[in-house]
Amino acid sequence: MSSGTLYDKVWDRHKVADLPDGRDQLFIGLHLMHEVTSPQAFGMLRERDIDVAFPERTLATTDHIIPTDPAERDRPFEDEQAETMLQALESNVEEAGIDFYGLESGKQGIAHVVGPELGATQPGQTIVCGDSHTSTHGAFGAVAMGIGTSQIRDVLATGCIAAEKMDVRRVEVTGELSDGVAPKDVILHIIGQLGVDGGVGHVYEYGGEAIEAMDMEGRLSVCNMSIEGGARAGYVNPDQTTYDYLEGRQYAPEGDEWNRLVADWETISSDPDAEYDDVVTVDADGLDPMVTWGINPGQVTGITEPIPSPDDFDGKDRKNAEDAVEHMEITPGETMEGYEVDVAFLGTCTNGRVSDFRRAAEILEGNTVDEGVRALAVPGSETVRTRCEEEGIDQIFKDAGFQWRQAGCSMCLAMNGDSLEGDEVCASSSNRNFIGRQGSKEGRTVLMSPAMVAAAAVEGEIADVRSFGGAN
Amino acid sequence: MVRSITRVTGTGIPVRGDDIDTDQIVPARFLKEITFDDMGEYAFYDARRDDEGNLNDHPFNEYHGANILVVNDNFGCGSSREHAPQALMRWGIRAIVGESFAEIFRDNCKSLGIPTVTADTDTVDRLQSFIESNPEAGIEVDIEEERVVYDGSEVGAGVDPSMKEALVEGKWDTTALMYQNLPETRKVANELPYIDAE
Ligand code: SF4
Repeated sequence: MSSGTLYDKVWDRHKVADLPDGRDQLFIGLHLMHEVTSPQAFGMLRERDIDVAFPERTLATTDHIIPTDPAERDRPFEDEQAETMLQALESNVEEAGIDFYGLESGKQGIAHVVGPELGATQPGQTIVCGDSHTSTHGAFGAVAMGIGTSQIRDVLATGCIAAEKMDVRRVEVTGELSDGVAPKDVILHIIGQLGVDGGVGHVYEYGGEAIEAMDMEGRLSVCNMSIEGGARAGYVNPDQTTYDYLEGRQYAPEGDEWNRLVADWETISSDPDAEYDDVVTVDADGLDPMVTWGINPGQVTGITEPIPSPDDFDGKDRKNAEDAVEHMEITPGETMEGYEVDVAFLGTCTNGRVSDFRRAAEILEGNTVDEGVRALAVPGSETVRTRCEEEGIDQIFKDAGFQWRQAGCSMCLAMNGDSLEGDEVCASSSNRNFIGRQGSKEGRTVLMSPAMVAAAAVEGEIADVRSFGGAN
Repeated sequence: MVRSITRVTGTGIPVRGDDIDTDQIVPARFLKEITFDDMGEYAFYDARRDDEGNLNDHPFNEYHGANILVVNDNFGCGSSREHAPQALMRWGIRAIVGESFAEIFRDNCKSLGIPTVTADTDTVDRLQSFIESNPEAGIEVDIEEERVVYDGSEVGAGVDPSMKEALVEGKWDTTALMYQNLPETRKVANELPYIDAE
């Protein structure tokens, strides 16, 4: 059993009661909501004639089903089901008095991008959302977990969820990232090392010099993919980087109240003598830019490294590798460099933030997208889009031949019409490369950092971003 | 709001077959619905229809008003979708007797207050045959006494201890239990540094 970690301290503060089935009743400090998983929960509340208990601790936006092509965002949407879902959300939040960042707000976007950039996500909170990538918010030193429909009902009705405490694994990332290597590469490497099931039953505490050196957007990318490593949540202890990011944002308090909170945040970090259930060390020194070669995020290798052979694995991993070789049509022993791509997709809750577009723009500047490539840039939020446009980043993308879209999940899971077709290969900054994830059963996804997506778009094939001059 | 469930009485409906998965119970395409309201109509939607879309002789087309479902081995396997027990409940099912159940399905049933009780292959087969010949006959699933009573006799049934405790003591509904703690919850919330106390 862990003790003295941020996870322990935050859990204890939020625990309301022991439940008869052995789980804890845990108060939820921030409930983020989107259109796909919430309507059924509101329906169940109505059946019981219960009101939302803590509407002021809830924040809603719309992301999964939203068209990202500016020409398709007029209401009602062409897709009737998308229209129905959004209308349901709009009337539910209105009735309950929940803050909603819809299409007209100018701040709409992916919940995991919007929460942090509005300053709603803060250290020491418990955070849930009906979406598995809620782990993202752990970057601020929060305990953030994805939940299912019946738990959404619970948190709406009671402000709480019934939860089981997990073990805490410290993931110590040593070393310094080389040029061209991004936080995304670090988390892909961690998942490759620890496996896609490696984190089951655990939350990950990320620390060490490589994590401490990252800005908030980098830490968000890392925590985002905790779930891909099987961990229920992932977090980074808050520090000056965290406070500097938050100060002055919409939901961040000011003056004395701000100082009081920062003082509290200093106390909730894991103690120097905290006990962990497990500690692993991962070295980021000399790490290559990473690319996936398979059909889960753990099937990953450095861009200069050979694709492993199924013979290198046993049991289930071997079968998965065989399936990957067949689906991806790759050759073990070769590198992924030169693997042809048809689509370049930049965005999502993993890598749809301003710094991600900045890094990609450095590669794209003065270059053009290969003529065989369909290239999509989808900002994670309208705030991100606006900021990029102020900096002229959108122009670099458009000049290079990218479509410049509005905010949403888009081709990450292809619920909104943005989709792979046939066996297209997609160089993607998203977090899942499962078969069918991007909308086509034959479609093939290669996960990588934003700069690597830009490099692939230009070359028409997977390329080493370090071969582009001036790349960082 | 907390409700104790000690027994369920009514008439039976047999659905024969091992390994009936949640995709058969509710086909995946109905998962996009924004409420559970109509889920009852989607229970066994495809299994209830022939290739032309006409209703066939599936039990869910015939045993109207029945509330005790009798199934065979490994019922509710496959994806963990909560839609499956929701669909059965909204169709009218209040208890399920079977040879065995997939674990997640069983837990989902528990959280809806639907007891799942087990019996061996022969016992289940005899019960299914009895219902097929006597669709109007009364049946009782007694969770407290761990038995099924029908046709003037009783047979022993297995009830998972945690399910029994949860149902009989009215602790199966976590929403209701946590709702009862709302005053305590507000106290915890108001003590948090990031929440302004009222
Ligand atoms: S961007 Fe992708 S992973 Fe993130 S919330 Fe949307 S669909 Fe989920």
